[in-house]
Amino acid sequence: MDAHNSAGQTHGINSAHKPRGDFTARAPAALANPTLRANFRRAMDGLMTKRAAQFADRDAWTALRARGAAARANALARLPELLERLEDRCTANGIRVHWAETAAEANAIVLAILREAGATRVIKGKSMVSEEIGLNHHLEAHGVTAVESDLGEYIIQLAGEAPSHIVMPCIHKNKAEIAQLFAENIPGQPYTEDVDSLTAAARRALRQRFAAAEAGISGVNFAVAETGTLVLIENEGNGRLSTTLPPLHIAVTGIEKVVERLDDVPPLLALLPRSATGQAITTYVNMISGPRKPDEKDGPREVHLVLYDGGRSRVYDDAELRDTLRCIRCGACMNHCPVYARVGGHTYRFVYPGPIGKILSPQLEGLDCAGDQPFASSLCGACSEVCPVQIPLADILVRLRQEAVRPSATPAVKGGGSQAGLAADLGWAGWRLVYGHPALYALVSRLLARLGNLIPASVPMLRQWTRFRTKPRFAARTLHELAARGGFDRE
Amino acid sequence: MTHSLPPHRPDTVYFFGTCLIDLFYPQAGLAGMELLRRAGLRVVFPPAQTCCGQPARNNGYMDEARAIALRQMEAFPQDWPIVVPSGSCAGMMRVHYPQLFAGRPEAPQVGAFAARVYELTWFLVHVLDLKLEDKGEPVTVTWHGSCSAQREMGVVDEPKRLLRSLTNVTLVENPRETECCGFGGTFSVKQPEVSAAMVSDKVAALESTGARHVVSGDCGCLMNITGAAAKARRDLTGSHIAEFLWERSHGRP
Repeated sequence: MDAHNSAGQTHGINSAHKPRGDFTARAPAALANPTLRANFRRAMDGLMTKRAAQFADRDAWTALRARGAAARANALARLPELLERLEDRCTANGIRVHWAETAAEANAIVLAILREAGATRVIKGKSMVSEEIGLNHHLEAHGVTAVESDLGEYIIQLAGEAPSHIVMPCIHKNKAEIAQLFAENIPGQPYTEDVDSLTAAARRALRQRFAAAEAGISGVNFAVAETGTLVLIENEGNGRLSTTLPPLHIAVTGIEKVVERLDDVPPLLALLPRSATGQAITTYVNMISGPRKPDEKDGPREVHLVLYDGGRSRVYDDAELRDTLRCIRCGACMNHCPVYARVGGHTYRFVYPGPIGKILSPQLEGLDCAGDQPFASSLCGACSEVCPVQIPLADILVRLRQEAVRPSATPAVKGGGSQAGLAADLGWAGWRLVYGHPALYALVSRLLARLGNLIPASVPMLRQWTRFRTKPRFAARTLHELAARGGFDRE
Repeated sequence: MTHSLPPHRPDTVYFFGTCLIDLFYPQAGLAGMELLRRAGLRVVFPPAQTCCGQPARNNGYMDEARAIALRQMEAFPQDWPIVVPSGSCAGMMRVHYPQLFAGRPEAPQVGAFAARVYELTWFLVHVLDLKLEDKGEPVTVTWHGSCSAQREMGVVDEPKRLLRSLTNVTLVENPRETECCGFGGTFSVKQPEVSAAMVSDKVAALESTGARHVVSGDCGCLMNITGAAAKARRDLTGSHIAEFLWERSHGRP
């Protein structure tokens, strides 16, 4: 992990500093860091191999994926109605439901619940939405200590960093880096690269935090409208402890996480861990349907659900962009992304990195501050290919490029048009003129065949190209000319 | 599979040469046309063709892309298959043209046009069942499939089948075949460092096969890969599959 990447990364997407064109500026430093490159390449190769083994049967994958996509598409098609039903069912189950439109509102709601309960010590399960709203930072500023209990999140919390991956937040670190971090931060822990010893140290430290916690905060994987059930999957048992041990549980999630029926959950559960980590199922599957009942001996006495919008309703409003909200946060798109694998998660700057981040961050934060991200893709389509809920990521990237240069009449995305420029407009007008007029194209292409190689490598575009590649050579005759000479028919 | 077989074996086909081939790799285009002609087809090359419009579409300039798409459709008026020596341009015309015109009055004609678009190697294998006699010296090559060929056109095995059918050619597959080479059109100049890292890894993966020659069906990838290899003074050359097949089975066109 280099200092450049970790600098100022602790508050995530809600940071006061809104960068512009930041990905492009940050990428070279990440690419020049061999440790970071090796850590990501190794990790992503492993994850791709494990996932592929789970979906070896193409027909089964296709069928399962269609079911998962249908469940998510159905939920989004009826989002307002299902959210109301979710609220009704949760309320009937004894879960108190809160609505937050902005990050500030969500943070205020969580803080108010904690204050009412007199809770100042919080244990947290993994939640990307809490990263999105900058919850830890907000709580800390108001006298509440929130300790991350997911091992990866715990590690980056010790390091004062942001997650570099949505499923494996500390994937950018290797064993030696973690050993060093533990030796410096956990009292009595010597430097060791023994994984069992490192895990045991974290477990000892976290046990005390669990026992002392007055409240647990978690995310949600699926919120079932039909039954008012919150589904939470995890591998370490920390999610179960966070949601059952303290007397108060607050679940924070985005409004898009709703599904209609309990029957929608099995295909999604079959897809999520397989896509994420290559596991057939996670070690823990928690189905939370309310606080402790009078005759029960354990479980929290209060359960709250905070439903966070954070710009999602605007995404929902556009029929094409809405598919973005299908995401079940498996991370397969980043695991398979040739760009992510080389620059790592921190280069994206926002909470959601990789392909899903490239389409989500500009929509939630605005094209004026994340506008270079949709362009930072070769459109190879590896992300769309592995997405378990069939989000057309590459097509949405192109749609966002369109919004960035030629926004819709009623702008569909905040900051639309921010990447537009006179030079680009003129360039494309010239391109259209030449390629739209065959006679003019014939003239220009023949001129290029004769004189094109005299163009110096210092002209824009060619300058960038030739930094890493030789200059392409124009052929002496165009195919148009060769086809005519070769006796091929014209019509 | 994105393609479907035409109702019967056609006797006339259109050839869409692509703008990159027109200016930089015309011999590859000519070789593709010769392969089709030798198989007994009448090959028509409409001179009004220019570019599929993908550069504009991929950069978000949809009006410009549509304008150029319409000009191409005018240039190919007859009901003949349109054979394209590029998975990328074929994907644009087959997959993205219908998206660009969805909900517009031109949509039906665009749909009919798109259905006539075939990637060259798919057409050679499935429509023509092409048989090749290898007249070349023994050589070891590796294959690079473009992202569009694989993911938009469903062309994965066809070119490799053609290469394996050549008796003196040994094909060694690249273990990272499905990974993007980093070209991505303007991506290569808008994110030069990221693109350079990708193509540098691609060159290394191709070299790891032991082959010193890479064959591909897309000239964008070829220009990127061979340009990066040459700049880094690596011993790796490349050629378009049409040119490679034609030279092996016939000699230079």
